[in-house]
Amino acid sequence: MATVERQVLDALGVERALARIAHEILERNKGVDNLVFIGVRSLGVEIAQRLVDKAEAIEGIRPPSGIIDITLYRDDLHRASQTPLVHGTTIGFPIDDRALVLVDDVLYTGRTTRAALDALMDFGRPRSVQLAVLIDRGHRELPIRADYVGKNLPTALNESVEVRLKERDGRDEVVLIRAEEG
Amino acid sequence: MFTRRHLLGLEGLSREEILSLIDTAGTFKEISDRDIKKVPTLRGKTVVGLFYEASTRTRTSFEIAAKRLSADYVNISAPTSSSSKGETLLDTARNISAMRPDALVIRHSASGAPHFLAKRIDCPVINAGDGAHEHPTQALLDLLTIRDKVGRLDDLTVAIVGDILHSRVTRSNVHALRTLGNRVRLVGPPTLLPAEAAAWGEVHHDLRSGVRDADVVMMLRLQRERQGRNYLPSLDEYSRYFCLNRAALALAKPDAVVMHPGPINRGVEIASDVADGAASLIMQQVTNGVAVRMAILFLLVNRVRAAAPDVPVAEHAAPERRRKVG
Repeated sequence: MATVERQVLDALGVERALARIAHEILERNKGVDNLVFIGVRSLGVEIAQRLVDKAEAIEGIRPPSGIIDITLYRDDLHRASQTPLVHGTTIGFPIDDRALVLVDDVLYTGRTTRAALDALMDFGRPRSVQLAVLIDRGHRELPIRADYVGKNLPTALNESVEVRLKERDGRDEVVLIRAEEG
Repeated sequence: MFTRRHLLGLEGLSREEILSLIDTAGTFKEISDRDIKKVPTLRGKTVVGLFYEASTRTRTSFEIAAKRLSADYVNISAPTSSSSKGETLLDTARNISAMRPDALVIRHSASGAPHFLAKRIDCPVINAGDGAHEHPTQALLDLLTIRDKVGRLDDLTVAIVGDILHSRVTRSNVHALRTLGNRVRLVGPPTLLPAEAAAWGEVHHDLRSGVRDADVVMMLRLQRERQGRNYLPSLDEYSRYFCLNRAALALAKPDAVVMHPGPINRGVEIASDVADGAASLIMQQVTNGVAVRMAILFLLVNRVRAAAPDVPVAEHAAPERRRKVG
């Protein structure tokens, strides 16, 4: 089946969106003092690193960051056709009483975020959890919303959103992919 | 990627399969370092341990692994089970299977017992040690421990020392170490070396030549419960020639590591100051055992429903044959 790709954010668009999110996070939390960032594997990790870089550039202090792998918390493991790979969680600092920013690339059904919240609660009790995503494509299946959104992107269910990042793909962009009938 | 239905042994597994098991196990280590040592992954699943031989480490390790994945774990030990009333292994296993467990962990003194059951019951079977055949989770935790400490799993010289003849740990390790491209030495008195040892690697009857320049020295427990047939003149004599003490260890590479699957006989196969010394990885082995067993349970139990339709024909065919015979 043929697919049609449409770019919805170019490199500059990604950069602007992340810069704005970084400013919004710092404004809402009044700096980086109590702030920690956790990226959801896999692309959330790179996006979290970009936000941490920007926060450091603005505030002069680098907030701690960690990685969360939600595989073991998924609600569809028993339905997966193949056991997914586990890459592990790395949170090298206590999250108790911190303001925690959970970072992911695309917010869709909300199930990944649900799993990530459950996983985080096993690591401690943050003072607050805020959700930052590059793209919110709608179609939530759970009562979850993002606090910081790079771009709201209305999509159809038969479309998919692909975030490409320099670190992996050689360039920054977000594309909407639609399968063409026939 | 490991996509088999059972873990019966390491013989015949590919390099990729072994490494993917170790990689997956590596990611589970972190869970045991948390304050809350539990993930919800196998919630609602039941793991049954069927232990026909004594075990402290392996049984506890499987139970902890299952519980840290939120599975329910039930253990049956032979002396307290109906086997003491004469029930056969197969009948016991079929009755347990009728209670719909999601995995069966078995240790048995008969080589091949797990393979026998895997063909006849519906759930994944994990070999926790069968006779003198294999002990795959032990070898996997050994490999994970070596990789953690040495940083690689190929081009190593590994000396396995002691009661090779009765050692299922050796057989699993030999298969895996060789598949990954390491040199294996088998070290022990001729009476405790099986005929096939020469096909596994270099055979040494002298501890000093056996451990010389080794990267890893893997000591085996002298299996006193299996020593009925005069394999040794005396325990004293065995320890005089084959006990790993500091002088013998000094012949290995300067940064060589010492391992032992436990339980250790202090002063018989390993001196206390070596077992408790800086080169010893014995406690890390035990810690890694939990991660390895979590990984195996995760990979096997989660696969079940998805894999059921395309289980190889051979694994379905066995019960049919059994009905005709029985």
